[in-house]
Amino acid sequence: MSKELELLSSKVTAGTMTRREFMSRAAALGVTAAVASSMLARPAQATPIAGGTFKMGIQGGESTNSQDPASWASDVPIAGGFCWGEPLIELVHDGSLKGLVAESWEGSDDATVWRFKIRPGVMFSNGQEVTSEDVMQTMARHSNEDSKSGALGIVQGIESMRTDGDVFEVTLGVGNADLPYLMADYHLIIQPNGGFDDPTAAIGTGAYVLESDEPGVRMVFQRRSDYWGGDQTEVAHYDTVEVIVLNDATARVAALQSGQVDSINRVEPKIAKLLARAPTIEVLSTKGRGHYVFIAHVDTAPFDSLELRLALKYALNRQEMVDKILQGYGSVGNDIPINAAYPLYDETIPQREFDLEKAREHYAKSGHDGSPIVLRTADGAFPGAVDAAALFQQSAQAAGIPLEIKREPNDGYWSEVWNVQPFCASYWGGRPVQDQMYTTAYLSTADWNDTRWKRPAFDDMLLEARAEIDEVKRKEIYSNMGRMLNEEGGVIVPMFNDFVDALSTNINGWEANPNGPQMYWQTVKYTWKA
Amino acid sequence: MHPVLTLVAQRISLGVLLLLAASALIFGLTEVLPGDAAQAILGQAATAENLANLRAEMGLDRPAYTRYFEWLGGIVTGDMGNALTNKLPIAEQVSRRMGATLFLAFWAAIISVPLAILLGLIAVRYQNRWPDKLISGITLASISLPEFMIAYILVFVFAVQLAWAPSFASVSPGMPLLAQLHAISLPVAVLTLVVLAHMMRMTRAAILNVMQSAYIETAELKGLRTFEVIRKHAFPNAIAPIVNVVMINLAYLVVGVVVVEVVFAYPGMGQYLVDAVVKRDVPVVLACGVIFSAVYIILNIVADVVSILANPRLRHPK
Repeated sequence: MSKELELLSSKVTAGTMTRREFMSRAAALGVTAAVASSMLARPAQATPIAGGTFKMGIQGGESTNSQDPASWASDVPIAGGFCWGEPLIELVHDGSLKGLVAESWEGSDDATVWRFKIRPGVMFSNGQEVTSEDVMQTMARHSNEDSKSGALGIVQGIESMRTDGDVFEVTLGVGNADLPYLMADYHLIIQPNGGFDDPTAAIGTGAYVLESDEPGVRMVFQRRSDYWGGDQTEVAHYDTVEVIVLNDATARVAALQSGQVDSINRVEPKIAKLLARAPTIEVLSTKGRGHYVFIAHVDTAPFDSLELRLALKYALNRQEMVDKILQGYGSVGNDIPINAAYPLYDETIPQREFDLEKAREHYAKSGHDGSPIVLRTADGAFPGAVDAAALFQQSAQAAGIPLEIKREPNDGYWSEVWNVQPFCASYWGGRPVQDQMYTTAYLSTADWNDTRWKRPAFDDMLLEARAEIDEVKRKEIYSNMGRMLNEEGGVIVPMFNDFVDALSTNINGWEANPNGPQMYWQTVKYTWKA
Repeated sequence: MHPVLTLVAQRISLGVLLLLAASALIFGLTEVLPGDAAQAILGQAATAENLANLRAEMGLDRPAYTRYFEWLGGIVTGDMGNALTNKLPIAEQVSRRMGATLFLAFWAAIISVPLAILLGLIAVRYQNRWPDKLISGITLASISLPEFMIAYILVFVFAVQLAWAPSFASVSPGMPLLAQLHAISLPVAVLTLVVLAHMMRMTRAAILNVMQSAYIETAELKGLRTFEVIRKHAFPNAIAPIVNVVMINLAYLVVGVVVVEVVFAYPGMGQYLVDAVVKRDVPVVLACGVIFSAVYIILNIVADVVSILANPRLRHPK
């Protein structure tokens, strides 16, 4: 949200501006009505009320789900995981960090040695107190050689670990100033003995305990009385939390409308505006770091030609994509995987405009033989990926670029097309910090380098920034990396998608968190029912 | 041995062979699908290293025939094994899910089968007059609409607007029966609407066919009332084709309701199977596939036996 809009919406809350005035001012700033209304700050209700049941209708659960944090990849298990467990550190909505299991932490000057002091008196739900040994074992389970954890990429850089009383110490091969952010990853929930004994036991330090679990159907949690964070009037206000799997978009909306659930994730942009009209429902849009991409392998013809890549980048009408694919619930991309939701983002990197003239010029310079350029897409690549590809095709053809769409089946898209075929549609969920995003997909040696972007100069900058403690210097390095990728990279970023949640109006305490939907799954902790 | 018993014994042994063939076919097809469970689980997060680790842990690095015969050995001794993905015992999951599916199918059948036959009889009684046309019109319209469409319409009217029934069918083990029935009222209504037309039209056609016979004319000439003629003389002779179509629809209620399960978030077998296919969880796919095949085979045997028992010429062969 821009500063100006933020100011305006605070005026509405303070009562110095009417809702109607806000809407017209927002419209003058180029914000659509539906988005503007979702930006309006919710009337604050001062004191939280303890008790009640909070029911979430969540997309992204399967009967194949497990309670083992290492296996989590979709929303339902993550939502449940944040009920029963906690990582060392929490990602706060304003971009800062807050200690959970770790009370405090400090890094060495070169950011290679990190010491996390474990909070005393934090109890697992089985009655054991958390020790630094449990923390070390958790990291060991995710990083050892048999690991099949989704967090393997994060913890790979750990060279050695040891405990020293109530301190857990990590030594990294290469310094990383962002390590505390990485420790907030949802896979790295602290388990007794690291979960080596029973990874699916769902025993953690969270405010709720798992009472019943039907994979792909629902999970029920009860509030713990011995939660270290405080009693129910302070935090985690509900008696009971239910996570209900509602994979069908229409079923989710109907459940919220009929009052069977209090909150849902993934409201489809095309119905969000209609849903916002319902008097008891509020549609909440959160600017995130997730983005949709068209990715070209820079080492494969014809995409090895920089001129052709530039032609494609100029031929993309980003604003049209945001308007038609996201219905305004998002923002335009700039051919780098980073936006203003990241810390240390440089706003001065020039925005690539839609320019058919330049597209034509670069296409002519590329000397492409005019054979069809195949773009692979599928419904599952990202929501609206097939339509987005069609829009891209239209504008590219207007610039004389022979773009051809090949629609692939959803099934097997991530194993057969993505990271295999030279040009396809895909998405990224975003990461808490720039370093992690670049390391995941733009480092020469990254497994998921899905644009085959292998530039030693870029790698050097990335490693230099990682170990740099001075934030001004870091920001400058990241800015240079962004400019390089924007100009030469194989990634074409049409848009950043917002998380669109919907909440019943009797739920209070919402605070948008750019890290994920449902306040990054902390609705169970910080909201209450009035 | 009685010829009917011989026939049943034959059918059952053939059925077992058929099941074996079906399981081999399903296993073969899962092998043809691109990717495997390890890849499906890790998805975008797959690296060569964690893929190899996961494959080794699941035993996917061994040849296909070894895995098939291991599974077969297990199933013969009554052990369905554990799911590859979440390591939960399949038998436990299947019995819970199958229970839910049968519960839904049972109530849908209890309502739809008698209703369809009754409507069929009424349609014959008032053939080509307005009751017949009304019944045919409504049932044909409901079979022509896609299931999810009917479901969404019912949800909109009865859950969102009138708030008479819940929009999704949340049934948990400890719930009292009446609460459970309330929870599944909308899915049952959808299923009833979907299967009604087929059975109703078949009842109508079969009885009308019999109505052309000479003995019906005799019954009418005896002075019996039309409905009596249909009930006593026409219906028993039309049972065989009706039972066949009823069985097909019952089988559909058990194995074909995945769309309704998704819309109402009902934890039945269909959703379980679809999840397992997406994640390439082969043991679960096999277990579901074999159970579904068994349902079809058993219901078909029942249909055949009932047809024979209903027909004196087949009951007492020369």
